Amino acid sequence: MDDFIQYTINALTLGSVYALIALGYSLVYGILKLLNFAHGDVFMVGAYIGFGMLNLLGGATSPVVPVWLLLTIMVATAMAGCAVIGVAIERFAYRPLRDAPRIAPLISALGVSFFLTYSMQLLFGAEQRDYNAFSLDNGVLFLKGFDIGNVRVPLLRIVIISSAFVLMIALWLLVNRTRTGKAMRATSFDREAAAMMGIDIDRVIRFAFVLGSALAGAAGVMFALRAPASVTIGFVAGLKGFTAAVIGGIGSIPGAMVGGLMLGFAESFTQGYVSTRWSDLAVFTILILFMLFRPQGLFGRADIRKV
Amino acid sequence: MTDAELPTPNVPDSLTEPAGPAVGQDEWVARHAERRLLRGGRLGAVEERLRAAPWWAWLTVFVCLAALLPVGFSSGYVRRVAFDTVLYMLLALGLNVVVGWGGLLDLGYIAFYGLGAYCYALLSSNQFDVHLPTVATLPIVVVVGAVAGWLIGLPSWRLSGDYLAIVTLFFFQIFIVVVTNGDHLFGHNVTGGSNGIGGVDANVRPFNLFGHDLPVAHSGSFNVAYLYVVLAFFAVVFVLLRFVNESRIGRAWRSLREDPLAAELMGMPVNWLKLLAFSFGAAVAALSGTIFAALNAGVFPTTFAFPLLITVYTMVILGGSGSQAGVIVGAIVVNVLLELLRDAGNARYVFYALIVLALFGVYRLSVRLAVVLGGTIALGFVVHGIASAIAKSNVDGPANGENWLIDGLRHWVIVPRDLGPWKQITYVALIGVILLLTLVRGWWRVALLVPTLYLAAFVWENVMLTAPEATRFIILGAILVSVMIARPSGILGERRVEIV
Repeated sequence: MDDFIQYTINALTLGSVYALIALGYSLVYGILKLLNFAHGDVFMVGAYIGFGMLNLLGGATSPVVPVWLLLTIMVATAMAGCAVIGVAIERFAYRPLRDAPRIAPLISALGVSFFLTYSMQLLFGAEQRDYNAFSLDNGVLFLKGFDIGNVRVPLLRIVIISSAFVLMIALWLLVNRTRTGKAMRATSFDREAAAMMGIDIDRVIRFAFVLGSALAGAAGVMFALRAPASVTIGFVAGLKGFTAAVIGGIGSIPGAMVGGLMLGFAESFTQGYVSTRWSDLAVFTILILFMLFRPQGLFGRADIRKV
Repeated sequence: MTDAELPTPNVPDSLTEPAGPAVGQDEWVARHAERRLLRGGRLGAVEERLRAAPWWAWLTVFVCLAALLPVGFSSGYVRRVAFDTVLYMLLALGLNVVVGWGGLLDLGYIAFYGLGAYCYALLSSNQFDVHLPTVATLPIVVVVGAVAGWLIGLPSWRLSGDYLAIVTLFFFQIFIVVVTNGDHLFGHNVTGGSNGIGGVDANVRPFNLFGHDLPVAHSGSFNVAYLYVVLAFFAVVFVLLRFVNESRIGRAWRSLREDPLAAELMGMPVNWLKLLAFSFGAAVAALSGTIFAALNAGVFPTTFAFPLLITVYTMVILGGSGSQAGVIVGAIVVNVLLELLRDAGNARYVFYALIVLALFGVYRLSVRLAVVLGGTIALGFVVHGIASAIAKSNVDGPANGENWLIDGLRHWVIVPRDLGPWKQITYVALIGVILLLTLVRGWWRVALLVPTLYLAAFVWENVMLTAPEATRFIILGAILVSVMIARPSGILGERRVEIV
């Protein structure tokens, strides 16, 4: 039973990070019908911006600001930095190809992903980096928390899970309750018709990249808080985020959340009960089956292809 | 409209008459040859001759030249690079079938290469003490590859575009997971895990053809026989694929690529065509894998990773997907470039030569070219003077490599002893100004180009030359993006006429 609770907590943490990444894929795919391969690398850059901020503010052992402010600053700068990168990628790598055959932006996206990974390796080296979050305030994030049975739920997990959910709810409100959100939904429904109704398509697409990349940046910081990160985390995390988006139904916000959590559970429980070796295999197999037999996901509607 | 009213294109009268539009041929196509003749001059005539040469003549010339290469170069390194290049050409030919002809984005391609290599290693090594003769192994591996391609291609019945791409990418990931953890496959050590198959115990056998063993190395350097083996395979595969492409299947593939729905409505067996494309590509990749495994006397999971996939993709896209000659040129250009970048001295030559060539290509001999070159050189000396006046440590950093070029450059580009945060700042700034360059026009661009070039030289000398591995892959990524935007048909690819 204790094991079960432990795995569940792991699953929730991992799942909320995947869900944040998935939201970025979902937003962009919903509007552009483009699989943004570079999204995982934006996530990785977010983790590195977090490192930069942490070092700027004195490092984990002797931060110059209180812990909660430090974490907020790290997440905020990562979100802002990733938003800028996301807009730049859209402007320079995808916009020129918006009317090209569908294979063209995909290849361009592969190139961007590769470019980002190795640019970061050039600038910061290939070795793993650790936030060393345990040193923050004598381990306050790990040792404090509340107990379920015999299992301690550390503060760090609670912070990650709750802030991820706050971000997701904020996004949901933004898309469903504001004018900009309405414009996004209209664009994703029918881009040409939306343009004719006076919606500035370029602005909407840019905004989708801002939102998606900012969420990926936040996810990057959260990911690096719980495990060391290197420049290659973006690739696999990106794949899993996309999986989560597809499982939930690409283009749907609650879908991405559910998909991310499902993936987190699948990974955490196979790691716990079967073996860490084969957990990725389980995740990938689930994805392939989903792609083949329910490509519209759990919450999506099947596309009717018009010719 | 009668013929008389048709607007006459701006060509000499003698040329407008004979070739009018014929049945099944539109006017643009009909006049294509004329327009080409109009290029005129001696160069035009030479180009015309070269274009008229049949493909087998090109192939023969190319294979002969490649086969004669060991005569001119005795260094094992050059021969090995030539071998690698031909192996890459083989891989690119296979990928061209799937991506270029079939129009299917197969991101699992390298898995078949790995599959071939692992099959060969399992069938002729001490891993399970199986030592099949090479003539038996090769067909087995090719068939296994083709069957695997067939199976991995099955999702293409239901999925297309990005979904198909990502599913094949997942198969690739599964392949990597299985191979890396294959030392615990149901309690057996099958693939040797992360150590791979190789070394003294596994003893992967080299090729044995016509009763001759082909040892991997001759007196310490690369055995040139492998170059001939891979060239022979290359020629056979090239011709076979050429024939396939010129047959009904090839035409059907092209129609599938252009418009799958229309092809299906015309009665093409679309699903079978997709599977055929997948398995042809996979068979070629598996064949390349055997050569790789035999030459390296072993296989290791880290070889078959994402960077290799991107490298082969860059070759196909840069050369021009859909054109066999194109992907060969792409493979040569990319692999030679990657090899040159290994060494700081060579990399420096390549960098400055390419910049000057590109400037010539864009501005020709004009005032702007003079302004850009002169401005950059002047700016360099000014910056260098200021920097050295402030502190000597700004300009006396270590030089990467020694040759006449760096001796000259040391008075121009600043190489600080300690770069500090400027490494990151200048690199990001360089990316920023290059992106900005694509937005401005005319004299603004010329003005921006001067500091950009100097900044590029600074970053190249101080940041990129110190990390060749990352630099090579950054360049591959940049090539992919810029080719897709500037010239999606690549160097030699066919320009498709978009019909909307």
